[in-house]
Amino acid sequence: MTGTSRIDANAAPILVVEDLNVHYDTPSGPAKAVSDVSFSLRPGERLGLIGESGSGKTTMATALMRLTRAPGRIAGGSVRLDGRDILKMSDRELRETRLRDIALIPQGAMSSLNPVTRLEEQIIDAIAAHVPRMTRQELEAKVTLQLTRVGLDPAVGRRYPHELSGGMKQRAAMAIATSLSPKVIVADEPTSALDVVVQRQVMQTLGRLQDGLGAAVVLIGHDMGLIAQFADTVGVMYAGKLVEIGPVAQMIERPRHPYTRLLVDSLPGIDEKKPLVGIPGLPPPLVNLPAGCSFNPRCPYAFDRCRAETPLLQQIGPLERIACHLYPEHQSLPPRPAANPETRP
Amino acid sequence: MSALIELKGITKTYGSFVALDDVTLTLSDSQPSMTAIAGESGSGKTTLARMMLGFIEPSRGDVLYRGKSVATMTDAERRQFRREVQPVFQDPFEVFNPFYRIDHVLTTPVKRYKLADSEAKGRALIEDALSRVGLRPKDTLGRFPHELSGGQRQRVMVARAVLLRPRLIVADEPVSMVDASLRATILDELRTLNRELGISIVYITHDLTTAFQICDNIMILYRGSVAEAGSVERVIGAPKHPYSQLLVSSIPLPDLSKTWGGEEIRSVEATDGRVTNGCKFAPRCPHAMPECWTTVPPRFAPDSNRLAACFLYKDQPVSADPDIASVFRAPEPLPYAS
Repeated sequence: MTGTSRIDANAAPILVVEDLNVHYDTPSGPAKAVSDVSFSLRPGERLGLIGESGSGKTTMATALMRLTRAPGRIAGGSVRLDGRDILKMSDRELRETRLRDIALIPQGAMSSLNPVTRLEEQIIDAIAAHVPRMTRQELEAKVTLQLTRVGLDPAVGRRYPHELSGGMKQRAAMAIATSLSPKVIVADEPTSALDVVVQRQVMQTLGRLQDGLGAAVVLIGHDMGLIAQFADTVGVMYAGKLVEIGPVAQMIERPRHPYTRLLVDSLPGIDEKKPLVGIPGLPPPLVNLPAGCSFNPRCPYAFDRCRAETPLLQQIGPLERIACHLYPEHQSLPPRPAANPETRP
Repeated sequence: MSALIELKGITKTYGSFVALDDVTLTLSDSQPSMTAIAGESGSGKTTLARMMLGFIEPSRGDVLYRGKSVATMTDAERRQFRREVQPVFQDPFEVFNPFYRIDHVLTTPVKRYKLADSEAKGRALIEDALSRVGLRPKDTLGRFPHELSGGQRQRVMVARAVLLRPRLIVADEPVSMVDASLRATILDELRTLNRELGISIVYITHDLTTAFQICDNIMILYRGSVAEAGSVERVIGAPKHPYSQLLVSSIPLPDLSKTWGGEEIRSVEATDGRVTNGCKFAPRCPHAMPECWTTVPPRFAPDSNRLAACFLYKDQPVSADPDIASVFRAPEPLPYAS
């Protein structure tokens, strides 16, 4: 699953995000939900963006589609899709670009489908809005093709959303999202409400669809296990910032950022019973970030510099970047210092 | 062994739909245990939890709490049952009234069950309960629900249950809506309550990893029937029933040497419409044999501390005792220094 052969290493990046900032205006000042985030995606690449609730990952997904709504606003940066900045497009260009070039599989596809319209009509509406010249017959053939591609019986198209199981609805959302062969698919926790077997099926279907299209995927989630099963590259978000990004093997087996290490360790396995270790404390409120590194109050490694100076994202390997003051002094994450009693929640 | 709670052949039907089919399970009163009930949506695990809590009555069979049928209890007995068997629900957002401070869900049971004869003693009880679930009373009391995270709210609900010193906590997917990074801590606290206060825990979940980590035994349900049951080491560590094998192999582990593999697995949707009078898993089972479609498999006991309702093990003895717990292993003390 995690082989990187599908990525065309020589191709130009299909999506380049630079210094993206998204703020929510609140009475106590702007909450910086996405803060100076930069990354790029090659065709065929699967990027997993992981973070806890409130880390800015869903805000990030909506901003990539330029779907940010008040009180949120895109406060700066660029999202270049095949060289064109989505954030600078006219409304018309944007309408044409969404779905055709970049498509969203929303969190809880359950509630993104129109409850009073048959599934096939929803797929037809989406396609017809972009390809006005298709005949009804062609549209219906396309619906059949899309449903088959996502592993649904074409007869399911006659059903209403309430007649579908959670997994079927998520597949339906994938059928719509991939109907125009987008170059980038943004999937925001597409399986968060699903059972483990259905989750696996849905993720495998997404992977197969993506391979067929040669599209890049941004998968947003909070489960390191799921991200590890799917992604080629993993980016970790904390309090609106990208704190570490690198190839999946590096991130799972030798994470450098203390937060990434804790995220990996908080997931128990089934090989042996061992004490369950959560991450102590909570993410900070975005309107009132601690001075220095936002993670310092929860970090077992924090030292004086972390409380004073915000670490910048530094390139540390060809595909690896990290924002942590332990680097570049260290090559890898040193052994954990003695427990800090103040980090208990 | 005296029984804390006994499910005696309980079946729940809604019209012709069988939500839960003939489950017999006894949890001991003398040995506090941690038992997982696992399965996917529609497996009957929540139906079982709701019958255990006395929220719904079985269509057939009986639920006994300390030897008394929950259906025919006197008011006094029911009051004690309600106090001693406490629920923790899935959704830490909907259980709170947003207009009341957090304190409300904690002071109400103190008053209702007259747990303290003065306000100061009541406050001390509440602070103790909060501390036991890892919350600082001064940071929690006086706040409104929206000021706490999902994980903190779920801990408040566990604290509310603890306040009543229950004998049994039935936790229905208590962490499925909580961030992965916070799940471990909450589950660890449930285990601590089990060990320190002797509270038995029934953990309803579809997450086999956490079930393996905190529970002694597990029962896996598929469409209302018991597929496999036994110690977590047996059932999750080396599953025998093809359904348990599918569940275990679908766990997304953060381990690149244990990836799902490329092959897509048969989905429920693909098998809709095929009728089986035998094993309910036959339409999805890679090993299905002719008899699986016609005959309900009995519960075979392929080894100790396990039963599997699957004809792959038909050469093995059939479990004689209808009680699922007859194959459970004794709860162990912590296998490591905590």
